[in-house]
Amino acid sequence: MNPTLLIVDDEPNILLSLEFLMKREGYQVHLARDGVEALEAIAALRPDLVLLDVMMPRKTGFEVCQEVRADEALKATRILMLTAKGRDTDVAKGLALGADAYMTKPFSTKELVEKVRQMLLSNR
Amino acid sequence: MARHQPTDKRLLWLLAVAALVSIVWLLFTLWLIAATLTPPDRATVWALVGPSLLLVSLTWGAGMGAIAWGLKRWFGHWVTPSVQLAEEAQVLLRTDVVRELRPKGNVETKELAKLFNQLVAQREELRHQMQDKVRAAARDIEQEKSRLAALMSELTQSVVVCNLDGRILLYNNRARTQFRALSQSPRLADGAELIGLGRSIYTVFDRKLVAHALESVQQRLQRGVAQPTAQFVTSTRAGQLLRVQMTPVRSVAEPDAAPVLGAALEPATQAPPLQLAGFVLMLDNITREFEAEAVRERLVLGLTEGSRAALANMRAAIEMLDYPDLEPALRERFLAVVRDEVQALSERVQRSSSQAAEVFQSRWPLEDMLGTDLLSAAGRRIEETLGLALNQSEADPNLWLRIESFSILQALLFLSARLRDEFAIRHVSLRLRPSGQGVDKAELDLIWSGATLSTETVMSWEIDPMRIGSEASALTVREVVDRHGGAFWLERDRASNQAWFRFLLPAATAQEQLDNATFVHHPSRPEYYDFDLFRVSPRSQALDEVPLADLSFTVFDTETTGLNPAEGDEIIQIGAVRVLNGKLLRQEVFDQLVDPKREIPPESIPIHGITPEMVQGQPGILEVLPALHAFAADTVLVAHNAAFDMRFLQLKERQTGLAFEQPVLDTLLLSAVVHPGQDSHRLEAIAERFNVTVIGRHTALGDAMVTAEVFVRLLPLLAEKGIHTLGQARGAAQRTYFARIQY
Repeated sequence: MNPTLLIVDDEPNILLSLEFLMKREGYQVHLARDGVEALEAIAALRPDLVLLDVMMPRKTGFEVCQEVRADEALKATRILMLTAKGRDTDVAKGLALGADAYMTKPFSTKELVEKVRQMLLSNR
Repeated sequence: MARHQPTDKRLLWLLAVAALVSIVWLLFTLWLIAATLTPPDRATVWALVGPSLLLVSLTWGAGMGAIAWGLKRWFGHWVTPSVQLAEEAQVLLRTDVVRELRPKGNVETKELAKLFNQLVAQREELRHQMQDKVRAAARDIEQEKSRLAALMSELTQSVVVCNLDGRILLYNNRARTQFRALSQSPRLADGAELIGLGRSIYTVFDRKLVAHALESVQQRLQRGVAQPTAQFVTSTRAGQLLRVQMTPVRSVAEPDAAPVLGAALEPATQAPPLQLAGFVLMLDNITREFEAEAVRERLVLGLTEGSRAALANMRAAIEMLDYPDLEPALRERFLAVVRDEVQALSERVQRSSSQAAEVFQSRWPLEDMLGTDLLSAAGRRIEETLGLALNQSEADPNLWLRIESFSILQALLFLSARLRDEFAIRHVSLRLRPSGQGVDKAELDLIWSGATLSTETVMSWEIDPMRIGSEASALTVREVVDRHGGAFWLERDRASNQAWFRFLLPAATAQEQLDNATFVHHPSRPEYYDFDLFRVSPRSQALDEVPLADLSFTVFDTETTGLNPAEGDEIIQIGAVRVLNGKLLRQEVFDQLVDPKREIPPESIPIHGITPEMVQGQPGILEVLPALHAFAADTVLVAHNAAFDMRFLQLKERQTGLAFEQPVLDTLLLSAVVHPGQDSHRLEAIAERFNVTVIGRHTALGDAMVTAEVFVRLLPLLAEKGIHTLGQARGAAQRTYFARIQY
């Protein structure tokens, strides 16, 4: 079965691209538009990997990350944080709160695809 | 000898002894002769000698006279001169009298007198040398002090010097201004309750904060750090952000004490080299910088992080466009994303750039200046330098600008000169008012009538380097305006045939206005320093035991609507001034009109000169008393006829919840203590007695000043009467007759 991906971002303009890209890679793609929606989707769909934006309404990516990591049942979920916050301190915080990888915007889609592939492989 | 000399007692004793000895000698001789004779011979001799006894006693008397004379001569030559010399030398030794001793008597005594004279001359010479040295040293110290005071008062940074108790010993004008801005009752006490010689710095700063800084300074001192300073940032109760730098004042080390004449100097009595005597605080109000910095940071973050997301969206969308298998509909959607994001990003950049212009230009060294000051300077220079007549100069009196005044003045001069030279304009006017287009901008207009300028002309004037006479500047009017983030244009009014250049310039905010209003209105260099306070010990003793010389006093006076506080008379003015270490601190005053919330009797107006219009809009007594209370905190109150003023204050105690519980001294009573024989102890009479010039009588502050001057002169007279402490002064005052007068 193809890996399941959840893409979380509040900006439709990036969702459109990411959805197209990931579907083209053959993943099963789901979308969420804020932190709360993301948590619900993660609980329901148990995705293999989450592409998680940081700056979102209702709950930030940091909070989502923290809550997922607090739940033992969701241990296998990989999290790749995508964020416009590019300072060292933000990267450190994201990784500390349990993200598996971190990419700052703007990023190359090729690198993103490569990264996602790697993470899913290491998951196996 | 013309001068009567008291006879030496020893001379009399010697004479008496001589007389006694000669009589005993005579009698013994007679007895010896008689013993050798037979009784009949004895009778014969007695019959022969008996009648001549008178002759014997006469010769004896003459002999005694000769002895007396000889003794006297002997004394006069050998004894009396040395006795006198000793006495005179005593005078020279015990007093400051300087005179030449007259050599007299025998040669040795004369020689001694000459030696004394030489010693005295030598002593005087040494004394003069010493005095000269002391005077020179004192002059140097005085010079150092005034240099320090001058330096400090010119600094744009606030400086406050405190002793270890946190009492203020010295501060500069900037500190006064800054503390005023920090004051919570700025309109009343004007910050005077926060800063003042002898006041505690802990009314402004948390004691723990200062203690902590002191501790780290001390640690650094002990480690031998070259610059043992500490820094902290604190927010005041008024919400201002202060950056404070603390530098230690080291106590002056005792010079290496040489082993002096038997003085048992233990090494422990020498001051350790690291001892602190106090500390210097340098204060910067960084509220504004901090806010500006926050805006800058937001701006930078907005431009960087804010743009990242948009760029990411675009980049992703564009990279999707590269896929050959993209359906046309989806391709169109990706293109829409790019268009959408580019537009949003453009708007963001636009917004940021206008904000950035505002934020970054504030790095120019712009200063706050009162608009009327700028206009009067400009008017004067236009008239003097260019010979143009200034028709009119109108400015909003409360308008403050945030400008670099020199370049603005240059621009005004340059434009006026060109108007004169190229259009033969002879009169110009100046106008300054708040801009209708924004609260933080002001319009500065240079107005003339007649000649009409073309847009091209204005443009060329705007971009030509400014030249006034032979003085050239590299700047153009446009650059000057840009430097202020302002604008410049030409306007004309056909109806009045007037035209003007308009400068749109940044105005300053209210906080800054207060800062500078006080700064500008104290042009003289004030008497701020009082290093003697370093010696003040903690005031742990009860106040009554404290010598008057060690206390600080608030001398105050009130003007009232009448003489009967119990029947509704009210205070309409309060004036107060501080006295510290026997000195009148003329800069630290409290001067406030009070709205009595009642009619002012017309017949009283000629006395105090305060009309109902003057108190209109002034604060009421319930607002003023807390400020006075703060101003007088920690001091002894002094007033002339204090019972009267105190009565007015006490009647408000319940309403304000503030009691003036400090000790009170009355100059009227103290005058009666010092001069019990005088008829009048009215303030005028005492002032005349002490030769105090009375200015501004019957204004509260004027009377408070006179009272304070009188009080300062009373202090030494009280000391002569043995009245040194507060308790003694109060006791003496109470005992005077006038203490029984009650209002």
